[in-house]
Amino acid sequence: MRDVAVIGVGMTKWGELWEKSLRTNFVETALLAIEDAGVDRIDSMIVGCMSSGIFTGQEHLASLLADYLGKTPVPAARVESACASGGLALRQGFIEVASGMSDIVLVGGIEKMTDVNGHEATFALGTAADQEYEGYHGLTFPALYAMMAVAHMHQHGTTREQLAMVAVKNHANGSKNPLAQYPFKISVDDVLCSVLVADPLRILDCSPITDGAAAVILCPADMARSMKKPAVRIIGTGQATDTIALSSRKDLTWMESTHVAAGKALEMAGLAVKDIDLFEVHDCFTIAEIMITEALGIAGKGRGGRAVEEGLTAVDGKFPVNPSGGLKAKGHPVGATGVAQAVEVVKQLRGEAADRQVKNARRGLTQNMGGTGGSSVIHIFEAD
Amino acid sequence: MPTPSRYWREIPQRYRFEAGKCRSCGYVCFPPRLVCPRCGAREFEDIRLAEAGSLVSFTVIRVAPHAFVDQSPYAVGIADLDDGTRLTAQIVDCDFEDLKVGLRVKLEFRKIYEEGETGVIYYGYKFVPE
Repeated sequence: MRDVAVIGVGMTKWGELWEKSLRTNFVETALLAIEDAGVDRIDSMIVGCMSSGIFTGQEHLASLLADYLGKTPVPAARVESACASGGLALRQGFIEVASGMSDIVLVGGIEKMTDVNGHEATFALGTAADQEYEGYHGLTFPALYAMMAVAHMHQHGTTREQLAMVAVKNHANGSKNPLAQYPFKISVDDVLCSVLVADPLRILDCSPITDGAAAVILCPADMARSMKKPAVRIIGTGQATDTIALSSRKDLTWMESTHVAAGKALEMAGLAVKDIDLFEVHDCFTIAEIMITEALGIAGKGRGGRAVEEGLTAVDGKFPVNPSGGLKAKGHPVGATGVAQAVEVVKQLRGEAADRQVKNARRGLTQNMGGTGGSSVIHIFEAD
Repeated sequence: MPTPSRYWREIPQRYRFEAGKCRSCGYVCFPPRLVCPRCGAREFEDIRLAEAGSLVSFTVIRVAPHAFVDQSPYAVGIADLDDGTRLTAQIVDCDFEDLKVGLRVKLEFRKIYEEGETGVIYYGYKFVPE
């Protein structure tokens, strides 16, 4: 297997981009990554997207995007794993370069979510749950995470304020990210006074509906060293699944797929979690970040709420989590999120993260998941 | 929207609470499956779920998918049934303030929602406080 490096990253401002089409938004981002890498040759494209069929009525996405990028006849494939589609696209791109099948691979992530109304978006996102079981009874994603939160509060004494502190931290980080959808600070009171979505989760506990795209360029590490930008190698990748229905799990408060995927990625990299300098994780809801910090081993089981309260996961804490602002403040265009996490970590490891730079960052980890943790994808990056 | 035939095939589980019990290890699968997730065996017997249990978690949904907009806000929960199976369903005929972990609930046959254009009514089970 060949060593793989990221040589280019691209991302545009996220938000409610009514003036941009799905394909325009993707192509803009891909061109930024191509320019950043300083290459014009693309051997293959992998695109992560969850639900363009429901959100925009558009399928056959990978070929469409290769066409609009002016890269036909390169091979292009779309991968889907709900909100982990972007992370899975990165993993497939990694496998393609590592195997020797292709040298220069463009990995993109995209979602255009604001062309439908809120109830339709809620339905589209809900398709990541078991539609003939959980969906049939009117379950939504905020509801499933709310039930994890209620169980976590009941079993581990996690407080409503600790949930809010995740959002406050990530908005503070996101206020320094000019590409974030919501680059402003909020307070614990703001969260506690915001409108209820699914008790006890309020709107400021939830990541937003977002239009956005992100792209990276991968190539063999040997080739990367002669390129324009400092290379960042991907030294570990791990993926795992779990039951789709939340009720099929013994413990509603534990993210087993993240735990298993992280173990695989860390083993591949030959590292322990203490060796990682920063984390970009899937805080689709505040309770999610708390459970992920436990699954990764940053906080002990049941102690994720205390970890955020004690500042362990702050940018200047022992384990900086979501310096980009996370899904909460940066936005969550579901298929693009996993790729954007890689964009942030690469910028951090190159020292290009400006005001939100984590000091002396050499290694970073991304954690991207689908559904209620029915899938998880982890990558570990190291400055070359 | 899906066609009615998609729902006919779900009738044994939705109307009669039927689950599959693994003949090898005894694990109860709901919804029923072809492969036991615990031991990998493929032989099951049809059993009927217990019709009461206790809530292990719950929430009140205030932003609903389009088919459920008219019902919003509504409560949903996960309960451990008395036979050890864990089940998800709506919780009805209760005040939201009375919801708590450990609340005893029973399963009742109810209307889930109706599909506007064809007027098809979909049925299933819901939790009702005991």
